[in-house]
Formats: sequence, C-alpha cells, structure tokens
Amino acid sequence: MRNTRRKLFYFLGAIPIVYLLIFYTLPLGIIFEKAFEGFQTLLQTSGLLQKLGRPLAFTLYQAGLSVILTVLVGFPIAYLFSHFHFKGKKLFQAAVTLPFILPTVVVAAALNSLIGPSGWLNLALIHIFDLASPPIQIMNSLEIILLAHIFYNTSIFVRVVGAAWAQLETEQEQAARTLGAGVWQRFWFITLPLLKQSILSAILMVFLFDFTSFGVILMLGGPSFSTLEVEIYLQTTQMLNLPLAGLLSVIQMGITFFISWFILRDSHTGIVTFLPDIKNERMQKAASGKQKILLILLLTFIFLFFVLPELSLFFRSFIFIETDGTFKFTLDFYKELFHNVHGSLFYISPFTALKNSLTYALITTLIAGLLGIIAAYGLLNARKSKVLRALVLLPLGTSSVTLGLGFLLAFPRLSLFQKYPQILIPIAHTLVALPVVINTLYPAFASIPANLRAAAGNLGASPMKVLQKIDLPLIRNSLLVGALYAFILSLGEFGATSFLTRPEYPTMPTAIYRYLSLPGSLNYGQAMATSCILLTLCTFSMLLIERFMLKDKRS
Amino acid sequence: MKKQISRTMVLSAIAAMLLLSACQSSTAETTEPRTLTVLTHDSFAISEAVIAQFEEENDVKVEFIFSGDAGGALNKVILTKDAPLGDVFYGVDNTFLSRALNEDIFEAYDSPLLASIPDQFKLDDQNRVLPVDYGDVCINYDKAYFASNDLAVPQSLDDLLKPEYSGLLVVENPATSSPGLAFLLATIAQYGEDGYLDYWQQLKANDVTVVSDWNTAYYTNFSASTGKGPQPMAVSYATSPAVEVVFAAEPLDESPTASIVGENTCFRQIEFVGILKGTANRNLAEKFVDFMLSVPFQEDIPMNMFVFPANQDASLPEEFVKYIQVPESPATLSSDLITAERENWISAWQDVVLK
Repeated sequence: MRNTRRKLFYFLGAIPIVYLLIFYTLPLGIIFEKAFEGFQTLLQTSGLLQKLGRPLAFTLYQAGLSVILTVLVGFPIAYLFSHFHFKGKKLFQAAVTLPFILPTVVVAAALNSLIGPSGWLNLALIHIFDLASPPIQIMNSLEIILLAHIFYNTSIFVRVVGAAWAQLETEQEQAARTLGAGVWQRFWFITLPLLKQSILSAILMVFLFDFTSFGVILMLGGPSFSTLEVEIYLQTTQMLNLPLAGLLSVIQMGITFFISWFILRDSHTGIVTFLPDIKNERMQKAASGKQKILLILLLTFIFLFFVLPELSLFFRSFIFIETDGTFKFTLDFYKELFHNVHGSLFYISPFTALKNSLTYALITTLIAGLLGIIAAYGLLNARKSKVLRALVLLPLGTSSVTLGLGFLLAFPRLSLFQKYPQILIPIAHTLVALPVVINTLYPAFASIPANLRAAAGNLGASPMKVLQKIDLPLIRNSLLVGALYAFILSLGEFGATSFLTRPEYPTMPTAIYRYLSLPGSLNYGQAMATSCILLTLCTFSMLLIERFMLKDKRS
Repeated sequence: MKKQISRTMVLSAIAAMLLLSACQSSTAETTEPRTLTVLTHDSFAISEAVIAQFEEENDVKVEFIFSGDAGGALNKVILTKDAPLGDVFYGVDNTFLSRALNEDIFEAYDSPLLASIPDQFKLDDQNRVLPVDYGDVCINYDKAYFASNDLAVPQSLDDLLKPEYSGLLVVENPATSSPGLAFLLATIAQYGEDGYLDYWQQLKANDVTVVSDWNTAYYTNFSASTGKGPQPMAVSYATSPAVEVVFAAEPLDESPTASIVGENTCFRQIEFVGILKGTANRNLAEKFVDFMLSVPFQEDIPMNMFVFPANQDASLPEEFVKYIQVPESPATLSSDLITAERENWISAWQDVVLK
C-alpha cells in the first residue's frame, strides 16, 4: 500500500520534467538542429569572436550593475513591507509590482512624458531656472537602462525577500538582543543568514530578467547598446542568420546555467531551518520617531519612482493636448476602444482582449502553480539538486525569439494545436512562469525543519499528506508570491505571444502594440487607455489573489 | 530509490512521445479541405466585409496567421518550407525579396490581374511573387515648427547637412527597423556605395539622432506627434500625414505633418504575395491571389494598411489624395544587390554612425 503511494508520488514528480522535455527541450532541439546546419561556415566568419564578445560583455555588465542597484533599492522596501502596517499598504505594494506587466513601449511613453526632453520635469526645470535646453538628458543612455531595470524588477526582490522576512520567527533576534547585540549585529549575524536562501533566489531571478532584457535595451537604451537577447533577435529576424542566432542562444543559456549554478552552489550549506512566524509578530505600526521618518521617506520614494510614472499614464489616457499645448479632459480614448471604425477584420475589442488575457493568465497560474509545487518539493529530495535547480531556471535565460521559433517548428502541425492554436499561449507563458514559481517556493520548502516532516511520517502520514498538512500551510506566503508572478508574467507577456497568437485571440499587450504601430493622437490615446485598463485589471487581480490565498489566515 | 525515479521518467517520456506522434499521424485525416491559410506579418489589416465576400463566393474559410514583423514572418516561412504552415504568404517586400526567391519558397502564378499592375512593381519575371501594394519611406516634418521658426523645409538629402538643420532629424537604426533600413538604402541610392558612408559621417556631425525603432522615433522624438518630442523631422512613411488626420483625437482640417519628397529622399517599399510551394489548395490559393489584386480588395488596402494599392484601376480614398505627398522619383535599388550587401551596409553604417 505504502509502496504504491510512493510510486504515485514519484510519478507526480515526473510531470514537471516531462512538461519541460516536451515544451522546452523539444522545440529548442528542433531549432538548434536547424541552426547548426550552417555551423561550419559560421565558424569561418571573420570577426566572429568580436561579434560574440561585445554583446556578451555589455550584457553581463549592465545586468550586474542593475542587480546591485535593484538590491540596494529593494532591501529597504522589503523591510518596509515586511515590518510595518500602514494605510494604503496594499496599494503601495501593488504600485511597486505593476511595472512588471507594462509593455516596454508604454514604459517608454510614460518615462518620456515625465523625464523626456519635453517631459514635465524638464519643462518645469526650464521654466523655473530659465534654461535654454532640457537639463535632464538620459534617454538612450546606460542610466535609463539601469533606471528601467530597477523600475521593472525591484518588485520581485521586494516580494520574494519580503515574504520570507515577514515569516522569520523573532525569537532568535530577541535572544540576541537580550545578549546585547546591536541592530546591525542582529541584522548581519541573524536576519541575513536566515534570509540567505530567499535573497539568493531573488537576486538570481532579478539577474536573469536583466540578463535577458530586450525591450528596455532596444527602446530605451537605443541603438548604441546591444545585449545577447537583442543580438539574437536581430540575427533571427533581420539578418536571417540562424546559425549565429543559435550560437548566441547557446552562449546565453550556458551562462544562465553557470551563473545559476554558481549562485545556488553553496546555498544549501549552512542552511538554517526555522519555524515560520505564523503569528505575524514582526508586523507592527511605525511607533518611534525614527521609524516614522523612515516610513515617510520610503513611501515618498515609492511614490516618486513607481507611482508617478503609472499616474502619468492615467493622466495621458484622459487628457488630450491641443496643438497650442493646452490640456483638455476627454473620455474619447476609452469610448473609441469600443468602435471598429473601419470595419477591420482584426479589430480588437477591449472585452475580447481582456477575456483572453485573463484566461491565459489564470491557466498559466494554475499550471505553473501546480507544477511548481511538485517540482520544488521534488527538488528538496532530489540528488544533485543544485544542478537541477540551475537547469530548471534555463527557460528564463532562453531567448524568447529562439523559443518562439522552436514552438512554431515543433507544434503547429499537430492536429490538437491546429484546432485550438490558443492552447500554445498559456503553455509558452508557463515556461517563463514555472522557473519563477519553483525558485520562489524552493527556499520556503527548504526552510521547513526536516524533523517536522519526519515526525509526521513516523506517525504514518504519506508524502502527499505531509505535503498537504505540513508544507503547504507553511509556504503559503511564498506560494502567493509565485502565483502572483505567474499571473502577471502571463498578463504582460508580449514576445512569445506575438509569435504564437492568432489574430482571433489578441491579448491586451498585442492590442497596445497594434495601436502604437500607427501615427495619430487617437491611436496614442487608445494605447494609453488600454494600458490603464491593464494596470487596473492587474491591481484588482493581485488584491483578489491575495485575499483568496490568505483568506483563512485572518479568521 | 534513484532507479525508481529514472524509470518513471523514462516511462513518462515515452508516453509523451507516443501521445505526440499519435497527434501527428492524425493530422492528414482531420485537415478540412475548405480552409485557406494565409501567412502574413502583424501589420496586416483588411476589412471584415471584404474577406467575407471572398469566403462566401468560394465557400471557404480564410485563416490568417500573423508571425511577427516582416523579417520574422519571412524567416518563419523559410524555416518551415519543407512542410508549409499555410497556402499563401503575403508581406515579403523588395528589401527581402531576393532572399525569399533564393530560398525557393514560392510557386509561380501568372495571374490575369497582373495586366492591371504597372510593370515597375513587377520585380520577378517568373511571377513567383506578385505585387500587392507599395509605400514610400520619407522624412516627415512638423509643419508648425518650420512655420513658427521661419525655417525653410529641406528639399534634398544634401540640404539636411546644412547647419540650420543641425539636431533636427531623428532616424531609426537600419539594423532594427524597416523604415530605418529604407532610409539608409535611399542614401545609398543617392550617393552610391562609395559615398553613402561619407554622407552619414557628415549627417552625424550635423547631430542626427538615431533611435532603435519607428515607435520611439515617432512617439518619443518627433515633435509633431502626440509625444511632443524634440526633433521636428523624423523618418516615417509618406502616408503618415494622412494617418494623423484619420486617427486624430479631435477632427483636423489639415495634417500637422508633411513629407519631404525630393529626389531620392524617399525609398519605395513594394509588398508582394506568393503561393507557397507544396500547398494542397493551389486552386483556392490562385483565387485568393487574384482576389487580393482585384479592385475591391485593392481599394480596401489604403485605409487599413496605409499603403498604396498596386492595381492602377483602384481609386484612392479622399484622405490619400488630400494629405499625402507622393515622391516623383523615389529611390530604388535592385533587390539582388540589397540581399547581397544588406549585412555589410548595415555593419559599415553602424561602425560610422554608432561608434
């Protein structure tokens, strides 16, 4: 009896592996096979090393810098959210997370209307100081790449580390305090080691998102910067040089694996397990003057850095700027979304786009959530778990253009996908979401003391029962974070979607790109309006998911 | 225990493969004969009513598959040429044409409607590709800026080098943008392969701004767009001024922009359709190609895709006549030459302009 249960358990464990074999390894294998048909001639190309080396060096450089800055910005915010109750906390948390779903075109537009050459900030400075030219000139520079990466990816650091921090039991810190340890000593010798797993996980994910950055580099960084991902896109779609694109892809994946392995390499040694603080003792209202000042400073920063660009989008979606520069309030951009003025076959109704986006996001969350729990739990017990953990992260380091092409070669001719081509989209989204979920859940699983499980096992609980009764309740916070990111990753995904989508199944981001592919103030306004609907939808979904997953915690 | 894991893994993998191959073998039986699949790029647009007419007349369902930008879509067709995903491919342009022809992805088709299409658009004498539409990539300028600064509008590529236009032009990187490439080709047509880099050197000295894509150039940098950027001249399309009027938030009597249509300031892009080799629906595919070249479809093109119909019998919408400047002598280069030299030109350009 017990043996069959075990078998079932291992069978379940194989599901994520099979999923990745079919939907990741197979399409990649097919594309690489094609790519390396022309490999011989590629190796004889002159200046090959330079072609590979330059983007590689810049990719690593900007990703490294971005990660350091993101951690510096993210740490205090994670502290804030994991330690203090305050009014509007949920909205501030949402505001930090929202950039994650915004398409780069929209972020570019938002940043431009704020800090662009004729953005409000520059106009104000010119007006106040009577300057001849705009004082802030950071479009198409390394600075704006770094800023955008902080804007996009701080949330993942804050959420992952914040979730773990909020759950840290307070006993050890109190003990240290009694023994006379100061604030920094306690932080350095107790909190930091306890958070190490989550911090490493978060750093790794932030790094991988920066490492494979595409839109930010292309649209904000401008033509003088090129990363591996941009170069792969160029070689694939513009130069049609598949062998070179393939080689760049392999390099990108190799480095993803190596760095993942390196960061996770000693993550298991000296790991401290602890009972999560389920009573939320850590959470308090800011009491002392120092705490209040810190709170205000951090919230002001969040407002300026995260909320303001988002607000400027809302502003632009309701404001029409006349030719003489005066502002006029209008609802036209929203109203016009519902009109198919030219009777176009490919008109995207906002309802359809909303419905599709939500459906894909929910399916992605479900698949990635389930597979993620199984995989992360399985990794705990697996041998070579560090290598496996690094392998599981590979989809995050794989160029979406390469994977998209692989998908096209591997699947569309199968009758299932011919009849229901839309199935491929949540499947592709899951590939990006799954590593995030696994990587969020693993530290949470790992921090549960093994003797809890052993005790349950000795009392006769099956592995499934242990998972259900011990692990799942204890990892709930991290599961929430994983599910949230699966959801918003799917909601905002554009690259793979644009490769796979049929015009009948548009998503919100496809709609936004379509509006911005033509001139005209109406198109611009409609793109802003669609973005704002997307932002609003995302905020509500996040609040709902949080409420749903944490509902019995309150009672 | 480890053994057990690997056995389960192998079994599941085999099960999955069986499942996949089962799906694959059933493909042949389930394909419905009355569906025509058209592969195209994601800027394709047409009226519902027009396609419905074709579907009704021929008792067929037309399915469109978008696959990225023009380059991405072509690459997808080339990669799947042994077992094509569709019957017809629309959207290869004259900058990618030779590549498509060399890869031998199309079947020749002498459509009777070719008679209504001017010879200048027919670039393949075997008619493996048939011209559907054309459009010019031109420099758009902000009319208000030039009027209020009392500045004459430049008339030629040479003019752009004059000091009074310093810092006023934004162009796209030809490596990442199709209008960017078109403008680079215009300068090559004007100054030749020996002279264009020189020209760009001087343009750079005159403070030209380079961005990655049309989106950024138009919405972030161009002063006449809603983005209200710093440059009053941007490389865009000759039709953009009309689009500004059609998609204005408030009705406009005249466009805020216009195009510079001097000699070789514009580059003409021609888009083609072709029947994909290996189609099982050759008859239907021919009918669809005929339909695309026929007047009802051709007259529907301008207001949907904002390019000009290739069929000379198609009449133009009022907005096109009123707001668009058509260049008399747009720049052209042979598509063989473009295919052969594209990569060299782009990287030489990058070395001069971006470094």
